[in-house]
Amino acid sequence: MILQPFENLSLAHKGVRRMSSVRERIRIDILLVEDSPDEAHLMVRKLQEGSLNVRLDVVDDGEKAMAYLRRQGEYAGKSQPDLILLDLHLPRMNGHEVLAELKQDEILRRIPVVIMTSSTKEQDFLDAYDLHANCCVPKPADLDEYARAVARIEHFWLHIARRP
Amino acid sequence: MSLMNLGGRPIEILLVEDDAEEAAMTTEVLRSGRVRNRVHRVEDGEEALAFLRRQGRHAAAPPPDLILLDLNMPRMNGLEVLAVIKQHPVWKRIPVVMMTASDKEQDIISAYDRHANCYVTKPLDMEQFIAAVRSIEDFWLSIVRLPAA
Repeated sequence: MILQPFENLSLAHKGVRRMSSVRERIRIDILLVEDSPDEAHLMVRKLQEGSLNVRLDVVDDGEKAMAYLRRQGEYAGKSQPDLILLDLHLPRMNGHEVLAELKQDEILRRIPVVIMTSSTKEQDFLDAYDLHANCCVPKPADLDEYARAVARIEHFWLHIARRP
Repeated sequence: MSLMNLGGRPIEILLVEDDAEEAAMTTEVLRSGRVRNRVHRVEDGEEALAFLRRQGRHAAAPPPDLILLDLNMPRMNGLEVLAVIKQHPVWKRIPVVMMTASDKEQDIISAYDRHANCYVTKPLDMEQFIAAVRSIEDFWLSIVRLPAA
């Protein structure tokens, strides 16, 4: 698989199918905060397979995530995401720090945050929930299981749960 | 069963629901799921807090691993209960799934503002209701790492 730089991973999935529901025509913006290019690619691919009109933007550290959410600098024109997929172990600003900052913000706190982490430490999960992570999903080591986990996240958060 | 969760014991679910029929349906779907769980039902917000505090008839209640919380209830509504839970130093980490017939945007925003973990609208159709509960069971009991109570 040829890896692309992060700046090329933003996808605008513009396909609108005939007979699609109103819900499917509405674009869903997802921010993925992930420093592993391989995992980011897998996530992008799995989410692109879904039936919805999903735009996925990827940033590779916590400070960029906050700049994106605050629409600063190069992210000035970005829309507020409907869902955030957040790794914990990130350079510059880790996932817990990102979570703490956005969950204290009056507007940003509403955005559901799914923590996806390879951490096995119970304390990492407890800290995330204490900081009001919406849910924590351990990253499976096996690629197929990882893909299935992403598919189930997509199903629940984009088809079942209501988002603000 | 998700053995990553909770050392193999049943997942304790607190169901806060004033409608007996919906409570029965939800309980039945959860109990028939793949992951071992025990559903504890209370009928309103005040009883939910009594359960969490282990007061009165709930003195022996286990700490819940997951809370399914209706919005419109007598005595104390779901948003009020949610606010108390999410401001508590220990309870705040318990995932709270709002399960409600309301699809009003303001209710959704209010729930997420108070740190609801997610919000699911109850379908009116019974089959869709069952499917929604199964989706909750599939995601929250199998995929999600719940905090150990």
